[in-house]
Amino acid sequence: MAAGCRFVAGYPITPSTEVVERISRRFPRMGGVFIQMEDELASMAAVVGASWTGTKSMTVTSGPGFSLMMENIGLAAMMETPCVVVNVQRGGPSTGLPTMVGQADMMQARWGSHGDYSVIALSPRSPQEAFDFTVDAFNLSEAYRVPVFVMMDECVGHMTEKVIIPPADRIDVVPRKLTAKTPEEFLPYKANGGCVTEFARAGDGYKFHTTGLTHDERGYPDMSVECQDVCVRRIVDKVRLNADKIVRFDEKDTKGADVVVVTYGITSRVARMGIEMARKEGIKVGVLRLIVVWPFPEKRIRELAPKVKAFVVPEINYGQIVLEVERCAAGKAAAIPVSHLGGGVHNPDDICRAIVEAAK
Amino acid sequence: MNTELQEREVRAEEHPIAPFIRMDRMPHIWCPTCGIGTVVKCYATALGEAGVDLNKVSIVSGIGCTGRVAGYMKLDAFHSTHGRAIPFATGLKLGRPELNVTVFSGDGDLAGIGGNHFIHAARRNMDLLVILVNNFIYGMTGGQNAATTPLTARSSTMPFGNFERPFSLPHLAASCGATYVARWTSLHIRRMTKSFREALVRKGFRFIEIVAPCSTLYARLNKLGSGLDLLRFYHDNAEIRHGADTRDVGIGYQDKIVCGKFVDEERPTFLDMMHEHYRKILGDKYVPMLPEGGWLHE
Repeated sequence: MAAGCRFVAGYPITPSTEVVERISRRFPRMGGVFIQMEDELASMAAVVGASWTGTKSMTVTSGPGFSLMMENIGLAAMMETPCVVVNVQRGGPSTGLPTMVGQADMMQARWGSHGDYSVIALSPRSPQEAFDFTVDAFNLSEAYRVPVFVMMDECVGHMTEKVIIPPADRIDVVPRKLTAKTPEEFLPYKANGGCVTEFARAGDGYKFHTTGLTHDERGYPDMSVECQDVCVRRIVDKVRLNADKIVRFDEKDTKGADVVVVTYGITSRVARMGIEMARKEGIKVGVLRLIVVWPFPEKRIRELAPKVKAFVVPEINYGQIVLEVERCAAGKAAAIPVSHLGGGVHNPDDICRAIVEAAK
Repeated sequence: MNTELQEREVRAEEHPIAPFIRMDRMPHIWCPTCGIGTVVKCYATALGEAGVDLNKVSIVSGIGCTGRVAGYMKLDAFHSTHGRAIPFATGLKLGRPELNVTVFSGDGDLAGIGGNHFIHAARRNMDLLVILVNNFIYGMTGGQNAATTPLTARSSTMPFGNFERPFSLPHLAASCGATYVARWTSLHIRRMTKSFREALVRKGFRFIEIVAPCSTLYARLNKLGSGLDLLRFYHDNAEIRHGADTRDVGIGYQDKIVCGKFVDEERPTFLDMMHEHYRKILGDKYVPMLPEGGWLHE
């Protein structure tokens, strides 16, 4: 709401439903529309539709709903539609552990829809960050015209903590930027220098066309190898080439460290204790806490890899982000998973033990 | 070829519906004698006659042969995903309530994969004009069985004839709460245009089914001749019964096709209901979404 969102379409799913319950109370008093759709396919389609009117829009879900949304997340990526999806992750696969924590949708967030595309994903670890990062998510989606995910987890989703909400004039909000061009000169998918195109909304007389098909700069379908190359390359590159600007992480004590713990979300809080325990055993441990998970901080991992013995990656899944760490470390340092398969958080002992092992 | 005809061909841009069509995308992809083009012509004509502000008309299609319609209309046009045209259009309407939104798609898209969205949008009386071209088959993918294929008709996935009971779409729409329900064949050019014109300026969930020939697949698989033969069949077998009970308008294989306007009533739309309810409950505290959209600022 603080980010300017005024349209939410959702479908009830544990453990995310509190968000739409709150929105449905607040929106009628602030000029917003909430609609409970018939399923998550419809929710995501409505979010993409609403965004084309210039009204900022989002949806909230958890694993099974996230799976159903993938089709229209792909459409949002292809049509370059700003929108935000909050995924309060629970244990999976399938119905899994509806009321219990998981972090196993991290790869789905990056690759869940078919084809090549790019997205941005943030991972909050506290209610305060849930607020802050959702505002950031809207701002990033406006800047890059991509779906942006707030990859929460059940623990953060159900956590009660102090949240400071600044006055509205102290929250940086990126408004929807509408093209200044006339309908005659406007081309919806013409990249002007950078990779991000200008936006016109429905109802302003632009009479533009947009499609999920491979399209040229007019938004017209063009089933050619050449057009596919230009179209797909640009929607991937707009995030890839701007990764340095988008990537965010907290880095601590990595200088001279033997082991760096790469962590995100609720696990980054649990890991603290494991790290302290390892330090008491005399091990030099650094931390890289991911704020933006996608795009992945490739560059930083590559820089750190030759200087450390190992990266330890605790996550509430059977090894997802650790694969990315391993790829970027490229054999220069080990990438060691500490997997909790879901339903609870790690025992800090397990993280400590992994760090101690890795330092050997 | 006589010169007068040649001259007319050169002046395609001056065709009466050219202002409504993306002429730079012609020729279209539809097969010779396909009925979709006729329906588009009637819709474009109705747009001109209805006196609606074209800047405020958006059109949404799903996927398939009829799914290509949005791409040819000179409107704010959205070619969305398979089956999801109605929820996409719902987002457009609620995001900017002043828009006049048409959903234009096929039977496979709206009644097959998108059937759930169809019934719920009708139940909510969402303010959408839904034009469904029914050719009884999945055309673009090669003639597979549809939720509308008449009993015993052949399709590429029912090579021995269809044994599933089809939807009767006017009945489905009406029983779910649609406020305007009509059916025509692509032969009923004037009546279809009139229905479009009427429905364009009504409110609520308005559903118009157009039965149209697919000569390449439906007619060929069923040995029914050409598209022209199907039009002749419509001529001989369409029966106009305005106000007919929608329970009685199901379509059997090569049986009569009941056409007409079956439902035309006024009921508060989703937005009407929402506004009225919140005004009653919240009074002055209710802040409705602005007609031009929510929270736009620079």
